[in-house]
Amino acid sequence: MSMLPQADKDSHYAVNVPAPDDFTFWRDAARVLVQCRVPPDQIAWGEPGSTGDLFAAGDQPLPLPPANAPMVRASKPFIQAAEAAICHSDPARFALLYRLLWRLQGNRNLLDDRTDNDVRRLDELARSVRRDKHKMRAFVRFRAMEDADGQERYVAWFEPEHHILRSNAAFFVNRFSNMRWSILTPRGSLHWDGEVLGEGPPAERGDAPDGDPAEDLWRRYYASIFNPARLKIGAMLKEMPRKYWKNMPESALIPELVAGAQAREAAMVEAGALEFEERPATLPAIDRAIHGCRKCPIGELDNQAVMGEGPPNATLMIVGEQPGDQEDRQGRPFVGPAGQVFDAHMQRAGIDRGTVYVTNAVKHFKFVDRGKRRLHQTPTAKEIDICRWWIESERHIVQPRLILAMGASAARGMLGKTVSVSKARGVPHVLEDGAELWITAHPSYLLRLDGPAREEQERMFQADLQAVAERLAEMTG
Amino acid sequence: MKSSIIDRLAILADAAKYDASCASSGTAKRNSKDSGGKGIGSTEGMGICHAYAPDGRCISLLKVLLTNHCIFDCHYCINRASSNVVRARFTPQEVADLTLSFYRRNYIEGLFLSSGIVKSSNHTMEQLVEVARILREEHDFRGYIHLKTIPDADAELVHQAGLYADRVSINVELPTDAGLARLAPDKNTGRIEGAMGEVKEHIAQNRDETKRFRHAPRFAPAGQSTQMIVGADAASDADIVGKANRLYDGFGLRRVYYSAFSPIPDASAVLPLKRPPLMREHRLYQSDWLMRFYDYSAAEVMQATGADGMLPLDIDPKLAWALKFRDRFPVNVNRAGREALLRVPGLGVRAVNQLIAARRQRTLRLEDVGKLTVSIAKVRPFIVTADWRPTLLTDRADLKSLVAPPAEEQLELFAA
Ligand code: SF4
Repeated sequence: MSMLPQADKDSHYAVNVPAPDDFTFWRDAARVLVQCRVPPDQIAWGEPGSTGDLFAAGDQPLPLPPANAPMVRASKPFIQAAEAAICHSDPARFALLYRLLWRLQGNRNLLDDRTDNDVRRLDELARSVRRDKHKMRAFVRFRAMEDADGQERYVAWFEPEHHILRSNAAFFVNRFSNMRWSILTPRGSLHWDGEVLGEGPPAERGDAPDGDPAEDLWRRYYASIFNPARLKIGAMLKEMPRKYWKNMPESALIPELVAGAQAREAAMVEAGALEFEERPATLPAIDRAIHGCRKCPIGELDNQAVMGEGPPNATLMIVGEQPGDQEDRQGRPFVGPAGQVFDAHMQRAGIDRGTVYVTNAVKHFKFVDRGKRRLHQTPTAKEIDICRWWIESERHIVQPRLILAMGASAARGMLGKTVSVSKARGVPHVLEDGAELWITAHPSYLLRLDGPAREEQERMFQADLQAVAERLAEMTG
Repeated sequence: MKSSIIDRLAILADAAKYDASCASSGTAKRNSKDSGGKGIGSTEGMGICHAYAPDGRCISLLKVLLTNHCIFDCHYCINRASSNVVRARFTPQEVADLTLSFYRRNYIEGLFLSSGIVKSSNHTMEQLVEVARILREEHDFRGYIHLKTIPDADAELVHQAGLYADRVSINVELPTDAGLARLAPDKNTGRIEGAMGEVKEHIAQNRDETKRFRHAPRFAPAGQSTQMIVGADAASDADIVGKANRLYDGFGLRRVYYSAFSPIPDASAVLPLKRPPLMREHRLYQSDWLMRFYDYSAAEVMQATGADGMLPLDIDPKLAWALKFRDRFPVNVNRAGREALLRVPGLGVRAVNQLIAARRQRTLRLEDVGKLTVSIAKVRPFIVTADWRPTLLTDRADLKSLVAPPAEEQLELFAA
């Protein structure tokens, strides 16, 4: 377009911007028009392919500004916002930008006034373009294919809302510089060969490849990484509007993930939650509750729960592993052969069993049936952890200041982790409520030994009890 | 027989889903074109969320465990030694390949790698570092890497991790020492915080070095972060805010993440039976914002809690604070300073900046303020404009119901 030597005061101008995102062209034309003092309502801006020329006069060549025309002023925030806003698909954007540039000449701080409607619209356009650019960086999904020369090329189909393809190219070049790739859109296409960026014509969806083996992996990842216990669909839709879904391989899964979430959460809860109610407030209440407890498989066996016994305000609590055959039949702790060994050592240490609260880490007897005999089975870590609810309930009520755990299972019931008895015995461990925990072997272990080994273990067991007796004397002093 | 990559990915991603951290921002800018086009990847300063999951959380990184085998026995953790979940493990090479394959297709910004503890802390940490080494050294990978450091791993290994990774983190797990002792008997606050202190030292030293030698390798340029589980123990919101504040101050953490305790399969009996409301987690994040962007001190956030030390669930902490300190309002939007404006419920940082810019040009009326905020109804009782003064509104007993919006409506996803 050529320029006429003078600006006609009442002329109308139709300016066609050659490409929808051509900021440089718009800026040059706008500068001339401002210098010639052509008011906004005398210009019709359009882009190629746009319809309805307001002034129908065709291309009126731009005027030539007078020699003494003042500098056109545009603040930096305006230029930045305008560069973004020009990529918007709103046909009125060129006129809006010109109107703002025109008004800026009279008020250089105009852009600071976000209560002004033109300023607000500029901000909206710029933000929506930035968002579209950002979403393109996020939601483009490349698929691997082979070029004619046998080399790998990554091709994506994307449908941007605005004219952002060109201004977004540098991001992809910088990120994927060692790949060959193409991004195809209905507004044009980009091709990178590792060295040169090329622009191509608008494309159609069918031009892009269809699937990629990595998509199965990606979908499986997408389905696994979300937590069905915390469905927040609104938050998802806000950031990933549905208009982008159709070109993202993972989004096809969303309906079934949402539909299945509740069932998945229910399953998680069922597999996990144990539905213990409030802690019982008294020892008899615990006694009743454990008789009904089936939280672990041991409770399903043919047995009865065995409650701890002793003064409900005892200073010393002694914890064994679980009831044995005798205890199960009699419904009382420490009455079988191990209980007798235990009693004998207690006497020697000078501890009156009547002053001690004696109980077990696991409340039911775990065994396998061998005809006439029921063979003791060690509870698993998980079973101990489940039953820990009950021993903790007892501790809450009795509040012993000293606890002696006999054997690894009992120690686990107190600590929540497995420790080695041989390493942990003989020294106090302070529990979170301030109680002191001592650890020793289980008396039934002594029963399984003979000869010098047994003598040695008996001595150590006795020493541990002695230490506890002394500590108890100190405490009750 | 070893199961397929895809099956193991399902297991090891599923096991990672309780980790709240996902950010991939705040690191040094770099790209693969600068490297002469030999490598792949870039970081822009701002991370990109490549997808959103139905739980509303963003997916910006491949977040997986190297293995879910673990010798520790933390009760809140699905991977604890005594749990009988299906176990799986990746080799370092497999994780590196998976990361690159996803990255090339633009699914992710990088990798967030964590692990159960196998054999020993050092052995596990070595494996994590190896993944990062393969990515950085063999593929010149310039995307984001976040490595979880393993409790008790050697300082030297943690140092190596920081040289490869953008961010390192170690989870404090529980807000109180008693909670940690009870629920994570193999872990220990002193050792966790000791490790954080070491990372802080490395970061400070590295900042010195990069000043003196421009090409010194950067150590964890995106800093360190941590995560706390909310609702698994008895800690109150005030406890949690206090703990977060001490962590920010003491270790220069970039972020403290909160993760509402979720029911896990195969849970242990020492855990509570009900998950805390997700809103509680949200309120904690809001209080975090108040401290990081609105200049509230931890003590002030605690003032917003009730007698039980809990933040209200029905209103946000900023509004709760304002309702307690009504004598600080109304604030005159045409005259008040920035700090006073930032305290107005319903005015965000952006709106306050815009108000200040706009009032240099004109005297603001209620309508003008309305253009800058989402809900003028929420703001109105707390401000004075040229044409508006709330008559004793801030003294009304029912103020809370006047300004607190009704419960958010769930968007109907599948409505036609
Ligand atoms: S052993 Fe313990 S947890 Fe298992 S059913 Fe009996 S009381 Fe319940």
